[in-house]
Amino acid sequence: MVSGYIIYKSIMVVVVFLIGLGIAAYSTYAERKVAAFLQDRLGPNKAGPYGLLQPIADGVKMFMKEEIIPDVSNKFLFILGPCIAMLTACMTGVVIPWSTPITINGVSYPLQITDINIGILYVFGVVSIGVYGIMIGGWASNNKFSLLGALRASAQMISYEIAMGLSIIALVMMTGTISLQEIAAQQSGWHWNIIYQPLGFLIFITCAFAECNRTPFDLPECETELVGGYHTEYSSMKLGFYLFAEYVNMFISSAIISTLYFGGYNMPLIGRFVTDPNMLSILGVVFLFAKIFFFIFFFMWIRWTIPRFRYDQLMHLGWRIFIPLSILNILLTGAGILFFNR
Amino acid sequence: MLTNRSKVVVNKQMSFMERIYLPAVVGGLMTTIKHLFRKKTTIDYPKEKREISENYRGQHILKVDENGAERCTACGLCAVSCPAEAISMTAAERKKGEELKYREEKYAAVYEINMLRCIFCGLCEEACPKEAIFLTDRLVPVSGERDAMIYGKDKLTEKHYNEVDISKRQTPAVLAFKQNKQYQHNQLKQTR
Ligand code: SF4
Ligand code: SF4
Repeated sequence: MVSGYIIYKSIMVVVVFLIGLGIAAYSTYAERKVAAFLQDRLGPNKAGPYGLLQPIADGVKMFMKEEIIPDVSNKFLFILGPCIAMLTACMTGVVIPWSTPITINGVSYPLQITDINIGILYVFGVVSIGVYGIMIGGWASNNKFSLLGALRASAQMISYEIAMGLSIIALVMMTGTISLQEIAAQQSGWHWNIIYQPLGFLIFITCAFAECNRTPFDLPECETELVGGYHTEYSSMKLGFYLFAEYVNMFISSAIISTLYFGGYNMPLIGRFVTDPNMLSILGVVFLFAKIFFFIFFFMWIRWTIPRFRYDQLMHLGWRIFIPLSILNILLTGAGILFFNR
Repeated sequence: MLTNRSKVVVNKQMSFMERIYLPAVVGGLMTTIKHLFRKKTTIDYPKEKREISENYRGQHILKVDENGAERCTACGLCAVSCPAEAISMTAAERKKGEELKYREEKYAAVYEINMLRCIFCGLCEEACPKEAIFLTDRLVPVSGERDAMIYGKDKLTEKHYNEVDISKRQTPAVLAFKQNKQYQHNQLKQTR
């Protein structure tokens, strides 16, 4: 039984890892296509039908490129940076509940790698380590642009983590649990958290943009000011890791946003048409991925709509607007709980 | 103030709706999403070609006459008229027995157009007294090498019986204009 458990979990880990990487790879393709379409262009369409082999070509290109480690850099930290970025990006996926358990021959197989009862805290912890990947990489490069990018990244991530955490507190007060599995299960039917926590959602998604270093918060790597920011000195697959980590982060953020606020694997009314629990749980995966893809698209959509913030505006927004706003949200949620006695 | 389009700048405080920024974000998102469904302005070039006008000024051609003899006499007027100095040539004298190869007693042994310099203005065509050089509606293909962009006679001279149609550039107005030219010898006529 124990060995079966370990084998099952290992399979789950590998599957989630591969799906994460696959989606991240195709996000790069999607990003270029979405960018092109939003700008009335055609986008990559030469590699394979509709350019579908483009991510593979890009990957091969990254591997084949010459690897340059600057002489003046701290070699150990220089290599450690992208490793941490990639590792933390992949680690967050383990607590996401992909769907309800599937039961085969009376044995129930949960579609979640592990349901630790402090799921949200785990995600926050890992994401906070993620900033070290950028910070260390930027610092070790021994380059002004990289250092500035790293400074900006760490300041920005630390600032927005506070607002993000506070916005989650309101959610946790409402749900009464910090296990992602339970939060997802509570939102069956129409009880999606977005309905009860619109302000919290707004704060959370904005902070998620900032945590992922996506426009309008891409100050750590803005090409126009800092060449490439923290990854200016990186080349070959180490650069690939940084870029890839960003897309994995985007995927995971989308999954977490969907789980926390948009009902996770739940879909209203579906219970009326399908009654088989196994079928329901497979459909749940489909719904969750539909939501995730929408949010990935939303990330890209925002990127090609809103210009980058100025640095002081960024800090102003983080400290003087979002933090008070999320505290207000906590107050309102508390009052709501007291009043409606939910 | 001439165009009546100048705007007076007012440094007024933003209203609350403007300051919460969200309506502007939503407006921006709506604008960009509209472009997603719009007709694309770029095309899949080598597969698909843009429609070009009939008298488009593209890659040059050196014409041959009815017998397949090159019309160019290496007078150099095209090179002189060229504002981009893209044309260069070396003249040579026609030998006995080459009458069917070269129409005039003097011909261009080397005739080169640097397509990187050329601005496709068409002045060479206008200057030519022998109706020898024309621009056509063919696009000049790109190349990764500079040398390949210098087109010699091998690429410029047309093949006999496989002539490129330049009648679109020879409109009645153009022909009438050429009639008025001082020297009438540049009209198409039977070779001796
Ligand atoms: S088209 Fe104009 S620029 Fe080009 S070769 Fe002729 S005269 Fe020169
Ligand atoms: S192409 Fe025309 S203008 Fe140019 S050298 Fe030949 S005959 Fe003269």
